[in-house]
Amino acid sequence: MSVLVGKHSKIIVQGFTGKEGSFHSEQMIEYGTNIVGGVTPGKGGTDHLGKPVFNSVSEAVQKTDADTSIIFVPPKFAADAIMEAADAGLQLIVCITEGIPVQDMVKVKSYIEDRDVRLIGPNCPGIITPGEAKLGIMPGFIHNPGKIGIVSRSGTLTYEAVDQVTKAGMGQSTCIGIGGDPIPGTTTKEAVQLLMEDPDTDGIVMIGEIGGNMEADAARWIKENGTKPVVGFIAGQTAPPGRTMGHAGAIIGGADDTAEAKMKIMRECGIHVVESPAAIGETMKKVLS
Amino acid sequence: MNLHEFQGKELLASYGVTIQRGVVAETVDQAMSGFEKLQSETGTEFAVVKAQIHAGGRGKGGGVKLAKNKEELKEHAGNILGMMLKTPQTPGGINGPGKLVSKILIAEDVYAPDFDACDEIYISILMDREMKRNVIIYSTEGGMDIEEVAEHTPHLVHKEYVDPTLGLMPFQTRKIAFNLGLSGTAFKGMTKFVSNLYKAFVGSDASLFEINPCLKTGDDRIIAVDCKVSLDDNALFRHADLAAQRDESEEDATEVEAKSYGLNYVNLDGNVGCMVNGAGLAMATMDIIKLSGGSPANFLDVGGTADAARVEQAFRIILRDENVKAILINIFGGIVRCDRVAQGVVDAYKNIGNISVPIIVRLQGTNADIAKTIIDESGLEVHSAIQLQEAADLVEKLVG
Repeated sequence: MSVLVGKHSKIIVQGFTGKEGSFHSEQMIEYGTNIVGGVTPGKGGTDHLGKPVFNSVSEAVQKTDADTSIIFVPPKFAADAIMEAADAGLQLIVCITEGIPVQDMVKVKSYIEDRDVRLIGPNCPGIITPGEAKLGIMPGFIHNPGKIGIVSRSGTLTYEAVDQVTKAGMGQSTCIGIGGDPIPGTTTKEAVQLLMEDPDTDGIVMIGEIGGNMEADAARWIKENGTKPVVGFIAGQTAPPGRTMGHAGAIIGGADDTAEAKMKIMRECGIHVVESPAAIGETMKKVLS
Repeated sequence: MNLHEFQGKELLASYGVTIQRGVVAETVDQAMSGFEKLQSETGTEFAVVKAQIHAGGRGKGGGVKLAKNKEELKEHAGNILGMMLKTPQTPGGINGPGKLVSKILIAEDVYAPDFDACDEIYISILMDREMKRNVIIYSTEGGMDIEEVAEHTPHLVHKEYVDPTLGLMPFQTRKIAFNLGLSGTAFKGMTKFVSNLYKAFVGSDASLFEINPCLKTGDDRIIAVDCKVSLDDNALFRHADLAAQRDESEEDATEVEAKSYGLNYVNLDGNVGCMVNGAGLAMATMDIIKLSGGSPANFLDVGGTADAARVEQAFRIILRDENVKAILINIFGGIVRCDRVAQGVVDAYKNIGNISVPIIVRLQGTNADIAKTIIDESGLEVHSAIQLQEAADLVEKLVG
């Protein structure tokens, strides 16, 4: 088993026929991901990459019985796409799109709050359960099926962690890229919780960065409820305050959201915090042996 | 992006928020005629000369002065225009070089006629990340640093969260006005003020509004005397009018240039330059530079397409910094193929010519082995690494 995605997932792609959507859909299908169709308003009834295209998400759900969606829609239309997917009754929505206006996400968050749906992202690399399903833009080949769950706000830094875990002789159960925006659909704590409850995950890598209080929240939850070792890293120990470091959410606003403050509370909560991003894989290996 | 005070006030006024009126001037002559115009239009006797730069604490640095007559106005306008204004928020703080003032706002004296009957209020609006909704923060203690008020007298700082679906409700604006101790005309004025202010915030896709001070005048009017406005860069596509107001002279010239090449660059004061794909890995690379005995000279995310042209632009920008003693390139290839990046590095290196600082290239992921061969066989003074730790060791060897 694993969390969120697997062989059982029936996935549709929103923004299927666009440049990004096409490129990554092809890669996902090649990986063996169960893509059952796609949505591009106005192109319904056609085929793309050997899969049916629908005009709306609800039509796609009706015809394919899909339970999951991945979104490659441009930022202007992405919030609407997320709400359409939630309205159609999908259980899991992964939004890759970077650059969605914050006020749009405030509305999205409120819209999906009372619905039985999980949103991952936006501004994220997606989720992967190695050997089963790749629901995102990450390079599939660096992953290896195994027992380490990874939660991260970053894209390439997640690949770095995955690569180290694989090179240290372990593999991954599920890797969850929650994204670098100020309002993520799923928080660090929620993602950690999913992996903590997964019987096939033995250890968790939690990668955070400056800005916000998600890591501190997750750390406190782990202290109370943790049953597996967690290795943690916070990017941005050398970032200056008040500056946005690439990710819209990566900005130090006060004393509590510096890397130092987050690492301190994580240590106090029993997380194995590494100072160097090069030590993630080896530390996990040591902790588990 | 940030707006100047005068731009922010125009935005507020367009939503019906009452503001301290003023005229913008770039020369002393403009300031003088602006003063006359302001006097005839508003009936103000005095005027406040306010430097227009993107930094708070302008008054502390001598960038805000009251002029009681034409002579004083001329004097203050002459002094402030062209000055290097140093405030705690300008680069390097009050001991730094300061910021050049090229525009001033000649604003009406809203404290007249009864200065003592005026009350300064604090109001700001921002998105609360934890609550995932907008919040209005307000206090009777305006005109002061709100962080200090919050630290010493937290009971004087109030918060009102706004439901994203409903928007700001009338009972909430009344609550705010009551908590600010207002009554009568001022009470009514405040409910309208806050309601319009919130409409402006949402309507402009702002990330921060700070009205400090917001004034209750002696005759019970509510007026925005100063305003700080930051807008969400991601939403500028629907606000072409506001986007056009960007003042690039307020931003770091190199950062503006980098942006035009699709590079996300932040200038820092260390000795090891870095070039990375992805924001998280870029921050992690800066951290590893520090752990290896160096200090990062910049943050630089080359994004998803690290081709030769982009690598070359990134190189040129990093090399402009004289403090740079080494450059670490850290690319984790996924969609980006490492061999292409390696070729880009080799080409850029040859194009630029005399690069005198050592370069460490760490390429991992798709085609990393081919990439290493390309670097190693190029004959250039470039150190290659595959593991992140190897790259860290090289940094330590070269600058640690």
